[in-house]
Amino acid sequence: MEMFLGYLKAFAVGGLVCMIAQILINKTKMTSARILVLFLLGGVFLELVGAFKFIENFAGAGITIPITGFGSTIVKGAREGAKIGFFEAVTYGFRNMAGGLTAAIFFGFLFALIFRSHSKKV
Amino acid sequence: MEDKQYMEYIHTHAQKSAHAITLVWAFAVGGIICCIGQGFNDLFTFALPDWDKSKIGALVSMTMIFLGAFLTAIGVYDKIGIRAGGGSIVPITGFANSVVSPAMEFNKEGIVLGMMAKMFVIAGPIIVAGTVSSVISGIIYWFAGMVG
Amino acid sequence: MKVGKQTYLLDSDVYIQSAYSLAGPYESKGNFREYFDAVMEDDEWKCKSHEMAEIQMQRYVIGECLSRVNVNPMDCDAIMGGDLINQIVPTSFSARDFRTPFLGLYNACATFGEAMAIGSTLVSGDFQKVICCTSSHYATAERQYRYPLELGTQPTPESQWTVTGSGAVLLSKKPGDYPKIKGFTIGRIVDFGLSDPNNMGGAMAPAACNTIVTHFRDTGRSPDYYDMIITGDLGRFGRETLHYLCKKEGYVLDNLNDCGSMVYSDKQKPGQGGSGAGCCSLVFASYLYKKLIDKSLKKILFVPTGAMLSKDSALQGESIPGIAHAVIIERED
Repeated sequence: MEMFLGYLKAFAVGGLVCMIAQILINKTKMTSARILVLFLLGGVFLELVGAFKFIENFAGAGITIPITGFGSTIVKGAREGAKIGFFEAVTYGFRNMAGGLTAAIFFGFLFALIFRSHSKKV
Repeated sequence: MEDKQYMEYIHTHAQKSAHAITLVWAFAVGGIICCIGQGFNDLFTFALPDWDKSKIGALVSMTMIFLGAFLTAIGVYDKIGIRAGGGSIVPITGFANSVVSPAMEFNKEGIVLGMMAKMFVIAGPIIVAGTVSSVISGIIYWFAGMVG
Repeated sequence: MKVGKQTYLLDSDVYIQSAYSLAGPYESKGNFREYFDAVMEDDEWKCKSHEMAEIQMQRYVIGECLSRVNVNPMDCDAIMGGDLINQIVPTSFSARDFRTPFLGLYNACATFGEAMAIGSTLVSGDFQKVICCTSSHYATAERQYRYPLELGTQPTPESQWTVTGSGAVLLSKKPGDYPKIKGFTIGRIVDFGLSDPNNMGGAMAPAACNTIVTHFRDTGRSPDYYDMIITGDLGRFGRETLHYLCKKEGYVLDNLNDCGSMVYSDKQKPGQGGSGAGCCSLVFASYLYKKLIDKSLKKILFVPTGAMLSKDSALQGESIPGIAHAVIIERED
C-alpha cells in the first residue's frame, strides 16, 4: 500500500510539473528548448533555497525525473565540491551532469547512425 | 484598417488551444513517465543495495534517457509529443529526444559536420544553462563555506 | 496593357497548354485525391534525403507536364519556379537536367503566382513556351523553418501543414482549346505587424486583401465577375479573415475559396489546412485545371499568397510581411 502511495505521489507531482509546462506552452507559445532551460533553472533554484529535498522526499521520481531533477543534482555536486576546495566547487556540478550527458550523447550518436528520421503522420 | 485594430481582430478571433484537454494530456503522460522512473528507482535500489542514493539516481536518469532516445529513434516519441506537449518535453526523456532528434535529422550532412555538430542545436542551451549555474552555485557554496 | 495601379491585362493570348500534379502520400488522401495526376507512395521516394526527393519531384513533374503534350524541354524558352528551401535548391537542381534556360524565383508560397505573372508576360511577348513549376515538401520545410522531424513538438491550433507536392504548367502561344491567362495584378508587401510564425494565415490575409481590392479597383470589376476567387494557402482562419477584411473594404467575396483549407479532408486534422509553395501549384495543376478544362469553371482569380519570413527573422522579433499576386484565368466557351 505504501509503495502504491509512492507511485501515486510521483504521478501527481510529475503530472503537475508537466501541466505547468503545458500552461506556459499554451499561454506563451514557448518552444521546447526554452521550456527545458526554464525548468532546469527552476530545479537549480529549488535546490539552492533548500526546498527541493522536501519535494523529493514527498514525491520521489515525480520531481527528479522532470528536468528539474537534473538542475538539482548539479547544485548537489557543487555543494559537495565546495567542501573540498574551490576547484572542486566549480567542477563537481558538471561531474554530476556527466551520467545524463554521457547517456544522451552516446545513445544519440548510436541511434543516429542506425535510424533515420521520418515525417510525422497525424 | 489600422494595424492595431487588425491585431485586436486576430487576438479575438484566432482559434484558441483546446486548453483543458492539452493540460489533461500533459498531466497524464508526464505522470506516467515519472512513475516509470519511480519503478526503475525501486528496482535498482532493490537490485543494487550497496550503491548510494545519488548513484542510483544517475542510473535511473541514464535508463530514462536510453528509453527516450530509443523511442525517438523508432519514431514513437514525436507521436507522443503531438498529444502530450509539456508532458513529454519536461521529463528527462524529453531532453534525450531533443538530443537524438537533431542527430538523426542532420546525419545526412555527414557524421562530423552533420550529426555531431548539430546534435546540440536544441539541447545546447540546457547544457550551457546547467554548466553556468553549476559554476555559480559552486562559487556561492565555496564563499559560504569560507564565511561560515 | 497596364490598367490602374498594379494590374496588367495581356494583349495577346497566353494558353495554359498542359498541367501536371504530383501529390505526397498524405495529400493523396485529401479532398482532391481523384484529381491528382500522380501520387507518391512515401515521401522519400527512394531518394537519399527529403531534399533529393523534392528535386526528383520537380524533375518528374516538369518532364511529365511536357511529355503529355509531346513538347521537348529543349524547345521551351524558360523554366521558372521556386520553392521554400534555402537558395531554391530543389528548383535549380531539377532544372539542371533540362537544357532549358532557367529563371529561379522566390516569393515564398506565392512563387507560383509570380511565375505565372512573369511567364505570361514573356509569352505574350516573343517567348513561345514557358514552364512554371513550384514544389514544397513537409520534411524539408520543417527542417528549414521549424524543428527536426522526430522532436516531440505540439502543433499549435493556428499552424498549417506544409503540403508535400508539386505542380507544373506549360504556358504557350500555341492556340488551342485551353484556359487562357488574361492578366494579373502584382501585389505589394503588406505587413500589419503580426509576428507569430505559427499564424501565417493571419499574416498573409491583409496582403491578399490588398491585392484583391486593388485588382477590383484597377479593373472596375466586381467579385461576381469571377466564378471563383481562390487564394493560395491562407488556411481556414486566414480565409475567414480575408473575407472580413474585404467586406470592410466594400467587397463581399461569396465565391472565395482557399487551396490550403481545401486540400485536406475534414477527417485529416492538420490545423488550419495546407501551406507551402507546392500547395497552390498542386491544387491548380490538379483540381482547378481539370475544372477549367471541363468548363465547370470559366473565370477564376487565382491569388497565391506568401509569408516572407525566415527562421532567423522570426527569432529576431521581426513581424511577418505578406505578399499575394492575383492571376486572371479564363476559359472560353
